[in-house]
Amino acid sequence: MLAFLLRRLASLIVTVWLASIVVFTVLQLVPGDPALLMLGVNAQPDTLAALRSQMGLDQPILTRYLHWAGGLARGDLGVSLTYARPVADLVAERLAVTLPLSLLSLVLSTMLALPLGLLAAARRGRGSDWAVLGFAQLGVSMPSFWIAILLILLFSLTLHWFPAGGFPGWSGGVGPALHALLLPALALAVPEAAILARVTRTAVLDTLGEDHIRTARAKGVGRMAVLLRHALPNALIPVATVLGLQISFLVAGAVVVENVFTLPGLGRLLYQAIGQRDLIVVQGVVVLLALFVVLVNALVDIACALADPRPKGGES
Amino acid sequence: MPTAKQRVTLAAFAAMMALAAASQAALAQPRTDLVVGMALEPPHLDPTAGAAGAIKEVTYANLFEPLLRVDADGKLVPGLAERWNVSEDGLTYRFTLRPNAKFHDGTTADSADVKFTLDRARAAESVNAQKAYFAPIAKVETPDPQTAVVTLSRPDGLFLFHMASGDAAIVAPESAATNKQKPVGTGPFKFDRWVAGDRVVLVRNPDYDGAKPKIDRVTFRFISDPAAQVAALKAGDIDAFTLFSTYEALPEFRNDPAFTVMVGSTEGETLLSTNNARKPFDDVRVRRAMAHAIDRQTLIEGVLYGNGVAIGSHFPPHREGYVDLTGMYPYDPAKAKALLAEAGYPNGFDTTLRLPPPPYARRGGELVAAMLAEVGIRAKIEPVEWAAWLEKTFKGKDYDLTMIAHTEPLDIDIYARPDYYFNYKSERFNALNDELNRTQDPAKRNALYGEQQKVLAEDAVNGFLFMLPSVTVQKAGLTGMWVNRPVQANDVTGVSWK
Repeated sequence: MLAFLLRRLASLIVTVWLASIVVFTVLQLVPGDPALLMLGVNAQPDTLAALRSQMGLDQPILTRYLHWAGGLARGDLGVSLTYARPVADLVAERLAVTLPLSLLSLVLSTMLALPLGLLAAARRGRGSDWAVLGFAQLGVSMPSFWIAILLILLFSLTLHWFPAGGFPGWSGGVGPALHALLLPALALAVPEAAILARVTRTAVLDTLGEDHIRTARAKGVGRMAVLLRHALPNALIPVATVLGLQISFLVAGAVVVENVFTLPGLGRLLYQAIGQRDLIVVQGVVVLLALFVVLVNALVDIACALADPRPKGGES
Repeated sequence: MPTAKQRVTLAAFAAMMALAAASQAALAQPRTDLVVGMALEPPHLDPTAGAAGAIKEVTYANLFEPLLRVDADGKLVPGLAERWNVSEDGLTYRFTLRPNAKFHDGTTADSADVKFTLDRARAAESVNAQKAYFAPIAKVETPDPQTAVVTLSRPDGLFLFHMASGDAAIVAPESAATNKQKPVGTGPFKFDRWVAGDRVVLVRNPDYDGAKPKIDRVTFRFISDPAAQVAALKAGDIDAFTLFSTYEALPEFRNDPAFTVMVGSTEGETLLSTNNARKPFDDVRVRRAMAHAIDRQTLIEGVLYGNGVAIGSHFPPHREGYVDLTGMYPYDPAKAKALLAEAGYPNGFDTTLRLPPPPYARRGGELVAAMLAEVGIRAKIEPVEWAAWLEKTFKGKDYDLTMIAHTEPLDIDIYARPDYYFNYKSERFNALNDELNRTQDPAKRNALYGEQQKVLAEDAVNGFLFMLPSVTVQKAGLTGMWVNRPVQANDVTGVSWK
């Protein structure tokens, strides 16, 4: 097991290191000069040179890479070229929107999906089953940004219950902040809930056909108790796997929904930084996202390895 | 006794009603705050260290004050200097500052700060986006704390105008280095907070020594998505959206009594910029042919939904000195074809039209390409983002045609710059420009501006298309927002609610 963990760790480090080289190189090749973007069309050559040297862009490429990667290894993401603030601060500020948004939508989608999936399984072939399947089909087909627009039309423009976008910041209190996050979280949650509800329904139906359920029924356990105590716990394994996969989709989907609701999350930071050619910010965010994906994958692998008692390949 | 299910339903309903009630209660209060919508977020908040219009749209006149200010009508009015005079020879400018002016951190704003600001802007390590504005300055003297005397090495007819720009905002040595994130100015509003990616909040400065604004809090919100802009206005989240460019939504707002739509002018001459050094555009007949091929009215209808004014040269119609040259090249495809044939292109030619991101360019470029195709000029459209446009088109001058609005006020002198991306060279124009720089008298200056406009129109340097409108959509009951945009600014010092 220890060897397995070490191997995972080594591949994690190599992947992130490779990602850092790729993103750095690609950004060097893309046309666009951050100093020229900042100073605009009337900038004089001497002013541009002064700003470039302030930004450290007058250094050779290799020096710049080593400087940045060295900082990265020490956990220092550098200072943004445009905002003149540490990248770590910018990212932390934006994560304070993207993470609660993703979590909230994860909770919402689970809260929607589990009861719906159970209901459909319990009433297989009946009206409510068809209704759930219909919702699932619709939810999967509608992208979250479209749902976002529909939600804005109904709850912001017609009913005026929620703002049509924007984020007041956590400093203004938890209430207004959650109020601003609820609609976007719902927009993200609906497609995920649709998938999850289908998975739950299938998983519960599969379990319901197994021997231990028949035994439980034969022993006189009630329908509801069988469903909740015997079928659901077993069905949760595939459901949890899908839920895990959805986390990275939620972060990706958040980028799009953040734009529809003008939420200042990580996605918008990345989008703006690319437009501004704020190389340090783009590099930092991309490497962090790579790290996040690699970490989630590693954790899933480790969890599977722990759950599966069979020996690992190559070690037997 | 309600069941568990009923209790959950009731709780959810109560929570929703509470949210709704909270937003209703907010509306009942008399308004002393203001929420202004803008499409772009400023990268930082120091107007003396960046060209982004959004920086000035948040800070100009509100937070930072230059020596002079440009008002809503484009006139020069007192800023930090309450009066000024210019010597006969146009070389010495004496500025008298407001006696009790203070920076937001409590330090006094005096002539030493003026000297610091101007010297910083023209220093070798300066990163001022308009460093050329400060180039004529020979020295800055401070005979007393209230007086700054600026001596120029050569006369500059636009010096006062330049000293009224955001790039010349007076800053203090104590705070200049941190103004990007925590701006400290002398204006009637001071910085409160910046939720990066979403909003900047300014609050009224209780210690301001001049007339205090009526609103006590202004929030600038940044919404780039056109659909989200419309939604934010309709939801009532935003009181006024300035430089609104979702023109197709305007009829809807005009028909809604809850909104007022104001259409004014910016300083943005929108051009079909042409590489005058590259074949076949080095031939004036080709450039004139293109001028005849473009139907400006159709373009204004298609791009701005009618909310724009055609131009015939590089000068805004609302400024003194304007000469109407829109009749010089009437829309005439037959004449355009004849001119092309005369220039040796009876079958037209292939070219590339590069388009930066603003909607006027992307949408306008399609129409221009279609109009050019009518006379045989086959323009391939190439959309690019800003960074690439600046690098390749503007700096690299590697382009055929592009479409862009030149938003700097009174910038006709760009045609005299030797290395400008138009690659235009005219002895006549440059001579007029030198004379203009030596001339102080407004009437003579206006006559010279008129001559310059004619030279540019005769040479058909670029396609002169239209002035970019300044469209403001605001809630009914709001007064004092600027109709026109003589400088890049959202000056809210005179705004109030009825």
